[in-house]
Amino acid sequence: MSIQLEVAVAHLVNRKRSTLVSLSGVVLGVAFFLAVSSLMRGSEKDFIRRLIDNSPHITVYDEYRSPRPQPAALRWKSGAVEISNVKPQAETRGIRGYRQSLEFVESLPGVRAAPVLAGSAVLAFAGQEEGVSLSGVVPAKMKTVSTIEEKMVEGTLDDLTANPNGIIIGKGLADKFLLRIGSAVSVVATGGERTMKVVGIFRTGNASYDQDQTFVLLTRAQAMLDRPNRANRFVIQLADPYGARDIAKRIEDTIGYKSVSWSEASEDILSVLVIRNIIMYSVVSAILVVASFGIYNTLSTIVMEKTRDIAILKSMGFHARDIRTIFVAEGLIIGAIGSGAGLVLGAGLMKVLGLVAIKPPGVTEIVYLPIWWGPEQFALATGFALVSCVAAAYLPAQRGSRVHPVEILRGMG
Amino acid sequence: MTAVLQAENVVRRLAGEVPVTLIDGVSLTVERGQFVCIMGPSGSGKSSLLYLLGLLDVPSSGRVWLDGEDTSRYGEEELASRRLEKLGFVFQFHFLLPEFSVLDNVLLPMRRLGSLDEAECRARGAMLLEQLGIADQAAKKPHQLSGGQRQRVAIARALANDPLVVLADEPTGNLDSASSAVVQQILRDLAHKKGQTVVAVTHDANFAAAADQRIDIVDGKIREAAGSAAGAGE
Repeated sequence: MSIQLEVAVAHLVNRKRSTLVSLSGVVLGVAFFLAVSSLMRGSEKDFIRRLIDNSPHITVYDEYRSPRPQPAALRWKSGAVEISNVKPQAETRGIRGYRQSLEFVESLPGVRAAPVLAGSAVLAFAGQEEGVSLSGVVPAKMKTVSTIEEKMVEGTLDDLTANPNGIIIGKGLADKFLLRIGSAVSVVATGGERTMKVVGIFRTGNASYDQDQTFVLLTRAQAMLDRPNRANRFVIQLADPYGARDIAKRIEDTIGYKSVSWSEASEDILSVLVIRNIIMYSVVSAILVVASFGIYNTLSTIVMEKTRDIAILKSMGFHARDIRTIFVAEGLIIGAIGSGAGLVLGAGLMKVLGLVAIKPPGVTEIVYLPIWWGPEQFALATGFALVSCVAAAYLPAQRGSRVHPVEILRGMG
Repeated sequence: MTAVLQAENVVRRLAGEVPVTLIDGVSLTVERGQFVCIMGPSGSGKSSLLYLLGLLDVPSSGRVWLDGEDTSRYGEEELASRRLEKLGFVFQFHFLLPEFSVLDNVLLPMRRLGSLDEAECRARGAMLLEQLGIADQAAKKPHQLSGGQRQRVAIARALANDPLVVLADEPTGNLDSASSAVVQQILRDLAHKKGQTVVAVTHDANFAAAADQRIDIVDGKIREAAGSAAGAGE
């Protein structure tokens, strides 16, 4: 052990009480930093996970981000071409040649995709009418990209395959119209009116979704909406949801249709989370800043008490930087031991918090506080504690290093 | 004989509203192996002179030569290095670090210098304590020792890095007469038997009587008569 470090340890050991007080400040600071930030980051991750799970990772729409360039503009790229009265070509809406596009999308690694034809319809039963959105799906594919199958309270998506005239509705609509499995309802859409049989009921917990959304077979929807051989949406799930932005761009670049990743669709929410994290980290860092005042106080006292010792060390030939090293090392020792113990205490707190079970109103399942055990949290807490300890030690260390031996010796004589 | 320490027209002034001249044009030479005593009344500037000779303080003008080197061109850090390598101090108060054992106090300068390994340091420390007759106190803390014993530890510490010059500032000023006698005897023996150069500030005429050179300081200047008398006695 270097002599500077030995002197530093001797100072701290000799002032056990104030060392312990400063130490406990750091321990508590680190522990709370860890517990609070892991809870906040945990809830963030949990939120994002729900966001990712409950919405498609990428949705491809039958529209373009920017209108297609006019042939004249392509022909004379550098010319000033002005085309007035441009009107979009009248065509059946939907993704053109959706099967080829879907094949391409499915050929990308880690991608599962399902075609959907979405449109509006009016559902009539016993004299009541309700506007709903109608989604035509391929059950086998839909199951791989959506959680809807898990939300079914009665029946399954496959019942649509078994009964091509079947319709799956939400619990809200079922309750409103007193519909049950087997009930026949009349569905009116652009392609005409048709009587369909309820084959499944789902419940997502989202009231408007549970009331508005209905599922039928894709081929049936194509007939009802009068759009044969069309799909106007691809719902895509990815093995790695965090790569959604890149894959969405790749899909859009290739097939031309607007592809929106979940992160693009939820940009506003994600930016709120970032702001929330900034606020949280400022608050928990403040605890450590307060703890560092304790260290500053302890070390200032030691420097004042040890002026004579500093004077003798300097007269002996210790350099100013040796003295600085001694006191900065004292801060660092408190920081290191404090954050070590703080990490243990913090991990314990996280463990306890993770056991807390809560039952939100209206939800049957018990949920646990989401705790994120990310190593970054531990590194961040330790790093911040060490930096604030060294910063707190630096001023007293600097003062100590400036002690002039002659001034002290004259005062003693 | 070679000069180990020389002062050349050294002046030390303290700036302030009323400037004070502590040392006013002192020149002197300390030869290797000499026992030099600086005497003078309180406030005459003898301690200030010792701090200048010991490179703890820097002169306002004039030069101090240590071991043939002009120290006026050195900065604070280099002066500290010279003190570590070539000088040893004993003060009126022992100034031992209270947290460290007697032996560890003696080891401090050696470990800072770092020219010996741990085992060699310990051996040398034990040898010094043995020479000063306090080997049995090595493991004790300074507060468990008597005043005279503490001052002997301080002397052992001053000798730790085998300095060219030991500078002592009223080393017996705070001791009873019996302890004083022991400490004085040790310093005299260091000079006369071991050939250690010693410069001591003292009030005690008996102590000074054994000196090879006696420097009388009055109002920051060397009193000529005494200086030449000492020179003649050489």
